[in-house]
Order: sequence, then C-alpha cells, then structure tokens
Amino acid sequence: MVITYLIVSVAIVISLFLLRDKRLVYSLLGLFLVWQGWFTTQACLHFGTTDAVYFTYDSLGILLLVTLSIIAVPAALHSYIYIENHYEPPRSRSIYIGSLVLLIMAISAGYLSNHIAVTWIFTEITTLSASALIYHHRNKLALEGTWKYVFICAISITFIFIGILFLSLSLQHAGSDDLSFSNLLAKSKELNPVWLQMAFLFIFTGFTAKLGLVPMFTAGIDAKDTAPAPAGALMASVLMNLGFVGIFRFYIVIANTPLLHWAKLVVGIAAFLSLFVATVYMLKVKNVKRMFAYSGIEHMGIVMLGVAAGGIGYYAAILHIVLHAFVKSSLFFQYNQLYRVFQNKSITHIGNYFKYNPTGAMVLLLGFISSAAMPPSGLFVSEFLIFKSLFDAKQIFVLIAVLLLLTMIIWSFGKNIFKVLFVPAEGFDDSRVARTSPWESLSQFLLLATAVYLGLNPPPIFVQLIKESLILLPQ
Amino acid sequence: MIHVLLIIFIITLFYMAIANRLMTYIKVLALQGVLLFFVVFFQLSKIDPFNLAFILLETIVFKSLAVPIFLSYLLKRNNITREAEPFLPNFVSLVITTSIVVVNILIATVIKDDHLDKIFFVVALSTLFFGLYLIATRRKIITHVMGYMVIENGVFVLSLAIGNEMPLLVNLGIMLDIFASVLILGIFMNKIGDVFKDVDVDQLSNLKDY
Repeated sequence: MVITYLIVSVAIVISLFLLRDKRLVYSLLGLFLVWQGWFTTQACLHFGTTDAVYFTYDSLGILLLVTLSIIAVPAALHSYIYIENHYEPPRSRSIYIGSLVLLIMAISAGYLSNHIAVTWIFTEITTLSASALIYHHRNKLALEGTWKYVFICAISITFIFIGILFLSLSLQHAGSDDLSFSNLLAKSKELNPVWLQMAFLFIFTGFTAKLGLVPMFTAGIDAKDTAPAPAGALMASVLMNLGFVGIFRFYIVIANTPLLHWAKLVVGIAAFLSLFVATVYMLKVKNVKRMFAYSGIEHMGIVMLGVAAGGIGYYAAILHIVLHAFVKSSLFFQYNQLYRVFQNKSITHIGNYFKYNPTGAMVLLLGFISSAAMPPSGLFVSEFLIFKSLFDAKQIFVLIAVLLLLTMIIWSFGKNIFKVLFVPAEGFDDSRVARTSPWESLSQFLLLATAVYLGLNPPPIFVQLIKESLILLPQ
Repeated sequence: MIHVLLIIFIITLFYMAIANRLMTYIKVLALQGVLLFFVVFFQLSKIDPFNLAFILLETIVFKSLAVPIFLSYLLKRNNITREAEPFLPNFVSLVITTSIVVVNILIATVIKDDHLDKIFFVVALSTLFFGLYLIATRRKIITHVMGYMVIENGVFVLSLAIGNEMPLLVNLGIMLDIFASVLILGIFMNKIGDVFKDVDVDQLSNLKDY
C-alpha cells in the first residue's frame, strides 16, 4: 500500500511539474489531498502491520501521520489563496504546488519508515522539496535563504549518514547487518557502546537541522522566513516532527542500553541550549515570521527536555509536538493575511491589527495564548507535565532556569504580539488597506480548537496511541 | 597498498590547507577522486562485480571528472578571483590541520576494534573535520562547496571501511554524494553566480531578525 501511495504521489508530482493549466493543477492538488486522506485511513485500518518491509504503521507514525493529513488541508487551501493573491506565473505555481505535494509525501513516508536508512532517504527528499518552496520568490533574499538551508541540510544529512555508518560498525559486534529499528532494539544489549555513542552524536546532530535544535537550528529559521507562509507552516510543524521521529526512534534503541544516562545528558544539554538561544533571539527579534520560528525552537527545546527528563516527560513530549504542530501552523497560516494588510514583516511597521481584521487578530491573540501555554491552551497541560517530569528527575535547578527563560520568552512574545494587535504603527497609511474575508481565518480557529480539545480532554484513543509509542522505553 | 593511498590522501589535505589558488583546490579534489578510485579497487574485493564497476565508475567519472570540471567552469563563468582568501594565515591552517590529524590518531588508538581498519577511521574523520575547518575559514561560497566535497570524500572513505560487509551503505553514500552535489552545484551555484557578483559570504547576510 505504501508503494502504491508513493507511486501515485510521485506521478501527481511529476504531472504537476509538467502541467501549466490552472484548473488542472488545482484539481490535481485536490486529488492528492483525497489520496492522502485515503492513505491515512488505510494506514489506521492496518494499524500495527508492516508494509513493503521498510514501513510499519506503528502508533507514533500513525499519530503524526494523522496530524500531517489534518494540517495538509489548510496548507493547500492557504497556498491556493496565497498564489491567487500574488498573480503567480503558471510555471512558478506548478513548481510550488508540486513541491508542496512532494514535501507532504516525503514527510508521510519518513514518519512510517522502520529502517533508519529509509528515514534518512526521505529526510533527504524533504530537503529537496523544501528548498524548491523556499526559492519560490526567486529574489536575492530567497536565494540567500535557500542557499543556507540547502548547505546546512546537506551537511546535516551527511552527519546522519556518518552516524549510520558508525551504527553499522556497532551492529557488527552483534553479528548482524540489519539496520531496522526493531532489529537494533532486539540486539541493543550486544551493540558496541563506543560506536553507539559516536552514532548517536552524529545522528542527533544531523536531525537537529529538521527538528530545530542547537546546533543546526539556523537553517530552519531562514527557511521559514523566506518560504511562503503556507509552506512555512508545514516546515514549522510537521517537518520538525519528522526530525523528532528520527531522533526519538533511535533514542528508544539507545534507551535500552546502559548508555541511557549519557544520552539523556546529551539531549538535555542540547535542549537547554536551544531554550537559551531561543530566548536570546526572541528578545531582539523584530520580524514577525522569524519570531514564530524562534518560538518553534523554544517549543522543541521543551519537548527534548521532556525526553531527557523521562518518566511522564516522554508522554508529555509526544503530546507537546502534536499540539505544537496545530498551534504553530495556525499562526503561520494567519501570517499572510497580516502581511496583506501591512505589506511588511517588521513589527515596527505593523500595528493596530484589530482595527483592520478583527477575526484575524483573534487568531493571533489565541495563537499567542496557546503558544505561551497559558491555561485554556492544550500546550499548558503538556508543558506542565514536562515541568513535573523535571521535578521528578530532581533537576530543580534546570527547572528554575527553564522557567526564568520561558518568562522572558513570554514577555517578549507578548510585547510584540500586543504591539501588533493594539498599538498603531507610525506612518502607516490605512486608506488603501485590503479587505480580508473572515472565512480565511476559519481553519486557524479549528486548528487552535483542536489543540485545546486534545490537551484538555484527550480522547482515549489519542492517549492510547501516545502510550503505545512509549511502550518500548524503559519506565 | 591501500595504506599508501590513504596516507597520500591525508597529505593532500595538508596541501589543501596551505594552497592559495582555487584551481589548486579543484586539482586536489580531482586527485582525491583518483586516489579513492584505487582505494575502492583494492578494498572492495568481496562485493559483486557489477556493483564494484558502478562504484568505480562513480569515483572516476563523478568525483574526479564531473565535479572538478564543473567547478572550474563556474570559476570562469562567474569571474571569481583566483585567490582562496582564507581568514587565517597558512601557517596556522597547517598547525590546525596537523592537530586534527593527531587528535584523530589518538582517538583511533583509544578505540580498539577488530572490525575496523584504524587508518580508515583516521583518514575519514580527519577529512571530515578538515572539511568543516575549510568551510569555517574561507571567505568565498565556492570554497564552502569545495569544503563540502572534501567532507563527502571523507564519508566515502568511512563507508569503504565497512563496504565489504555492507555494500548497500556504500551505494547509499554514493546516492548522497550525487544528490547533494547536484543540488548544491547544479542548481544553486549557477543561480548564485547570476545574482551575486564575485560571490562572498559577506553578501549573504541580508536575512536578519530586525
């Protein structure tokens, strides 16, 4: 089934690249969404089975796949609005839609793969498609962003490959050459620890480019800034989750070896540094899109702190990435309407948004409340659980430092968002402000509401899926 | 024989550390491709002939012909000046390269492993870190690309060390090589040359937070 899915999707991508007719392109995009939905349903129905040797419909994969398929619908919708508002030439429209489809396909397959080399291959494909999306505007800034993204991702992909080589060296001590996660887990007691440590360092560093963690986070920031916002929404949510899947699946292996404590230390240091870096940048950032991107770094830092703390932190980490995907993508979807009003990215030139588009301003306000993890938001629950796990792990000083950093982030984020919402921008001529239909904000409200619902009143199947994806971790 | 080739490979790194001209870098990259060709020929004795022929073809055609020719074409087309313009003097470069190699030898001595030939490990990791060093200390974008090619060669050496047991990984490495080089060189170096004249990293600082 995966093979059929991939073949049909690639066929759709190729025909999108070749076709120029507007109606055909959009109907192919619609067709792909239906196809993605069908595949997701089939994947849910075949839960727990292995398909085409290299893909397993396991709980973590299914959970994130459903998240992706939900976010893909508004992403397609907002891409349509974006392109129709920008009077794109047919060629650039085809390439944009084609790359979007390729990105969604590669992320889906990457989630489900049960073999580290296959995950790696699909991560490579996401680099390719994401760089086409970032380069969409074909100007100097887009070129700069794309170049940085491609170069850093190329290096990090090489790092993952080196990690895989070390992993295979480690596996040779166990007398095996099958690099699937299940085999690694079965042989975890016999793996050579030195090579395993090297493998973990390289694979972790490599995947941080996608996850958005220190040291490789810079590429993602520039990418989300220069890519069109609907594509940026995918990069800031589901693509980050792919990085998480890559790290987490390998982390499960290493957690079953005596190296667990060491791995926790590595992950914890990287997570704490990411929070620190995010705070520093959040305090001085003036570009709305980059502010959202840095907020993503902060959240990934919190997620990985949960992983490092262990216990209830594992559960909270997975809950957090799912909820964060909904919240952050809705903020990015709203961004284009904001830009249409002010024609500027800088906070100094944006202000009093409530006057021009009250519905959109509500999205920003609720998005801020969700992203800052204030009580009605679902992220509050997951962040609270992560803090509790840090407390349980007796990391009280880390917890205090994290809370201080988060306070600064919320202060700075709030200051900027309230400036955007209420304080009039100096010298802004509002006689020719474009009208925005309130319906364009509907999808964002739905996504934010989903995050609240899943956080405060999680349906039993959702909890069950999260718990099953943690079953292999030592408790 | 393999050891001699790999030691020559390390010497090329030292040469690259003190080279001034971009054409020298390109020639060294081509030479590394040829060296890798012979390493593959002697090392991968146990894999099936078709795969071996494919890998040999890739090293000679891609690494030592296509990439260098394309790089020198880019140099000419974009009128890039011939100097490499390092941030650090050559002597410091040489010292740092030497220390990279020495540290790797020390690490290799600490890790005792029967499954891995020590020299492969030393050469691969030295090349990797030297490539990163090259990227960090040269001003031009095209030298960053060359640094990346050096890293790729290092990874290739490492994949050869276990190539007899897992030929699949060598093929994956080649896939990475071709994919990343085509993406970086083919698509973006061309475009960057069109948009930015005399390409310098200082020009790539327009994406800011404010």
